Amino acid sequence: MGEWPILSLTTFVPIVGAGFIFLLARGSAETVARNSRYMALWTSLITFALSLFIWFEFDRSTAEFQFVEHVEWFPDLGIAYHMGVDGISMMFVLLCTVLVPVCVLASWESIKDRVKEYMISFLILETMMIGMFCALDYVVFYIFFEGVLIPMFVIIGVWGSGSRRVYAAFKFFLFTLLGSILMLLALLAMYLEAGTTDVPTLLATEFGYEMQIWLWLAMFASFAVKIPMWPVHTWLPDAHVEAPTAGSVILAGVLLKMGGYGFLRFSIPMLPEATEYFTPLVYTLSVVAIIYTSLVALAQEDMKKLIAYSSIAHMGFVTIGMFTLTTQGIHGSIFQMLSHGVVSAALFLAVGVVYDRLHSREIARYGGLWNNMPRYGIVFMIFMLASVGLPGTSGFVGEFLSLVGAFQVNTWVAFLASTGVILGAAYMLYLYRRVIFGRLVKEDLKGFSDLSFREMAVFAPLLVLVFWMGIYPTSFIDVMDASVAQLIENYEAALQAAADREALDAAVAASQ
Amino acid sequence: MEVAAVFLPLAGYLIVALFGRTIGDKGSMAITTIGVSLAMVLSIIIFFNQIGAEPYTVTLFTWISSGTFEVAWALKIDMLTAVMLATVNIVSAMVHIYSVGYMHHDKAKPKFFAYLSLFTFFMLMLVSADNLVQLYFGWEGVGLASYLLIGFWHERQSASGAAVKAFLVNRVGDFGFALGIFAVFVLFGSVQYDAIFAGAGALADARFEFLGMEFHALTVACLLLFMGAMGKSAQLGLHTWLPDAMEGPTPVSALIHAATMVTAGVFMVVRLSPLFEYAPIALGFVCVIGAATAFVAATIGLTQFDIKRVIAYSTMSQLGYMFFAAGVSAYNAAMFHLMTHAFFKALLFLGAGSVIHALSDEQDMRKMGGIWRMIPYTYAMMWIGSLALAGIGIPGLFGFAGHYSKDLILESAYGAHSFVGDLAFWLGIAAAIMTAFYSWRLLFLTFHGTPRADDRVMAHVHESPWIMLGPLVVLALGAIFAGALGYGAFGGYSMETFWGDSIAEAAFVATEAAHHVPFWVKVLPVIMGLSGIALAYLFYIQMPHLPARTVAAAGPVNRLFFNKWYFDEIYDAVFVRPAMVIGRGLWKGGDGAIIDGLGPDGLAATTRRAARRVAALQTGYVYHYAFVMLIGVVVFVSWYLYAVSG
Repeated sequence: MGEWPILSLTTFVPIVGAGFIFLLARGSAETVARNSRYMALWTSLITFALSLFIWFEFDRSTAEFQFVEHVEWFPDLGIAYHMGVDGISMMFVLLCTVLVPVCVLASWESIKDRVKEYMISFLILETMMIGMFCALDYVVFYIFFEGVLIPMFVIIGVWGSGSRRVYAAFKFFLFTLLGSILMLLALLAMYLEAGTTDVPTLLATEFGYEMQIWLWLAMFASFAVKIPMWPVHTWLPDAHVEAPTAGSVILAGVLLKMGGYGFLRFSIPMLPEATEYFTPLVYTLSVVAIIYTSLVALAQEDMKKLIAYSSIAHMGFVTIGMFTLTTQGIHGSIFQMLSHGVVSAALFLAVGVVYDRLHSREIARYGGLWNNMPRYGIVFMIFMLASVGLPGTSGFVGEFLSLVGAFQVNTWVAFLASTGVILGAAYMLYLYRRVIFGRLVKEDLKGFSDLSFREMAVFAPLLVLVFWMGIYPTSFIDVMDASVAQLIENYEAALQAAADREALDAAVAASQ
Repeated sequence: MEVAAVFLPLAGYLIVALFGRTIGDKGSMAITTIGVSLAMVLSIIIFFNQIGAEPYTVTLFTWISSGTFEVAWALKIDMLTAVMLATVNIVSAMVHIYSVGYMHHDKAKPKFFAYLSLFTFFMLMLVSADNLVQLYFGWEGVGLASYLLIGFWHERQSASGAAVKAFLVNRVGDFGFALGIFAVFVLFGSVQYDAIFAGAGALADARFEFLGMEFHALTVACLLLFMGAMGKSAQLGLHTWLPDAMEGPTPVSALIHAATMVTAGVFMVVRLSPLFEYAPIALGFVCVIGAATAFVAATIGLTQFDIKRVIAYSTMSQLGYMFFAAGVSAYNAAMFHLMTHAFFKALLFLGAGSVIHALSDEQDMRKMGGIWRMIPYTYAMMWIGSLALAGIGIPGLFGFAGHYSKDLILESAYGAHSFVGDLAFWLGIAAAIMTAFYSWRLLFLTFHGTPRADDRVMAHVHESPWIMLGPLVVLALGAIFAGALGYGAFGGYSMETFWGDSIAEAAFVATEAAHHVPFWVKVLPVIMGLSGIALAYLFYIQMPHLPARTVAAAGPVNRLFFNKWYFDEIYDAVFVRPAMVIGRGLWKGGDGAIIDGLGPDGLAATTRRAARRVAALQTGYVYHYAFVMLIGVVVFVSWYLYAVSG
């Protein structure tokens, strides 16, 4: 197993599949569409099977990068094709490989035009996402990180549902590009300082305090937009509303996590002093995000917008958790990202189910669906409850641990963030009540059929995950434990070293 | 055996939830009822095994393990848990059986029974937790089941509204509860009961910073935890959901909103009594809130006309009694009342259900009356329940269940000889007379006088079938004998061996003091109860014109009581509507006008003007832009890298 480039395989199988679709799917429009669907499904399933090897072969006892591949690329410049995963990134790879087949299946009937191009975009997207989580060279990371934008931009712009899809696509692109340019500058500055773009080397490099501050801000611009944090979040609701269902699933499920992952991989370990300096800023923005977006979610009339705003609130817990730099906080924050990846994906799929039937996202047009869609009601309810963090579901563990972390560091943050627990329940239950409960009186809803076999198959893996993560989260926390412990240890050591240096400087100054 | 006692209801739920359609209505009812009945038998065995035995814990497997934050799925069995297991399972089994008859006409029977069993499971997990997080799991779980069952008839607008309200008000309490758990973890480095109790003494004087101020640590932690109890047990301030919860089917009201779930808050305070003992200010607060609730709820109960709402306010009032007992450290008295109350209040609710059933789903007492001869068994059951609730008995000889437990509570309050204790005692005495009054007001309005229902309904009045009366008889036996039989163990000569270490020792001191109160304190509750009954007789049988006159004379006071002290209106104006207005304002103003207006849209407008000049390059295809941008990035990177290296 050792010599097998499993990460590269997982990363590039989707794009190879995309190539096959491009070359082989020919004939009448009907045939092309059917062949593209099946080829995309098989490609994504094979990718998933490959990623299972990573899951099973992963050594949980070490914080080292595993399955490392290192190929010289621009040896003169110190840039290499360097891949590897540790406890922080490994499960995100699996999140991608789980969600893509689900997306392909969810798009089976709802995408009717340009199916071939759609499936190709999705598989390219998958390659980019997996590559991003595996990359251990900043340049490689950057290429994948930015590469994700393009297929996503195309998916929203071309297969989007609304009249404002071009506006949304551009808003999405511009917001994230703005951040990316700053990150590129940070990348160059770090390269000039360290002489390499190798992530493990950069992790061991100490940057000067002034430099850390600027680098941190530049990266923050990029990651904060992605996650997104208040007030650079406004692209997300628009993008979600206009994106096709599967686009929203990937957007909420994986793309938002790129920001959180960026913080954990780059900002915090590479720039510890700046991280400490900016922690209050992050807390403030996160708390504002939780309360602000929860209140906004309460007022929404569009289902997708409501869930989009709820995502921003949930990501607020993520940023709070990781910046506490406590074991529970970081565990909680990673767990919350994974859980949100599953739960918000499922919620968007749930919206997609009724959208496919009525072609409206307006909450007021629904009501009383329990009467003819009881199975849908139950599935929707389970994910709704996971979203409000009911113990026993995945949503609880992440949220709770993040807050446990927060309470140790700052009770105000924990107190204010916890209000999100109340508000979160308010907007989700209010949504559920308006859509599912009540009398079935609207004529155009009466003909709705309950979940089909295909739709159940879409939800089934996500249901399993929600309960597994809720009842036995240990299988996931074990994976991240060693890496998180090392992250905290290094962070504290770096701060200690900085404090020692300062004390030494002061002593020297005093003696002179 | 412990595992079976807790998980049998879950098994019943899962079978019905997954295969309900295959096994049908009868199969679903049978499986859930048998599951809970077996659990009942097992938990009674556990209860008797536990007398005089050492507590033990059955650990199932790890739940959350994050650094030092370690939580396992576990069942902790001690006397306190054993009492709760038996109480919950007995009432639950009775309610399951009763529901077979009560839900006879409903078209969603499997769903109903599945939810009942699910509730039972969560409640059992709650009482058998060995740490705060599993307690929280059960806590939220019973809240979920309550939400599902209140909203069971979801087509009714009022039912789904009440369900959401119940969940949200409880969430407000749970917000405090969660913060309390965090505080405990920070203080003790653990959320295990055993570790917390072992460390409590060492932290008796500890202080810590909360929200920028320094406080006595355990007081803050206990108050936060108690906030959760206030939500779940409908204490004043967070009680508004309970009366609305009566939208659920009546067996649900009996099981969840009277006998078991709402007592979870009391259970929590008793369970954490070794911690609360080190936070006297928190205990005083518990006592005051409990006493105030007992009083206020009783005043509201005097004026309501919906039969279920009267009993709901009575429940709230009785929960107040339990809390102020805990507040004066008489934890055993609180548990005693919890147990007896479970029997007689479930009896009253199921009896009310029987009345409602007989009167074709009528709940308004103004449209009842004159039916006692037609449903004599139900009538007798309601009398027994009311006698137990009012605490009627002959001191020193024999009394109904409530006689022992409620008197013990009042005596403990008096025996505390503290300001809060005296306050609780007198408010409790005032509530006692009101309790008796509204109970007999209910009996007289419902069963006596001239029939006020229309002829069609009256023609249809019928006694309930035995499947409904049977459980009533079992509960009635409890309501008659539970007090007399349990007194010695719960609050009498053998209490210390009975409870062991499961509650704080201070309880025995408090009970000892209660045993030595003056004679008048011991007889006053009974006198109050009898006076209440006499008054009700005067008002509703002897001089039926009196109530109307009193209402007219008491104008504003009556309006205050009848409108439930305007809690709902105030909350609506202060929290609910502003939240919606602010949400809309932030959305349209904050996101729309400010962030987007100054940010992307403003920028876009500027760009658009510039872009017109380079319109020649525009093709109108989105992906062309994308490609141009990508190429731009690649070119830029390549150029820079080569320039730097070159």
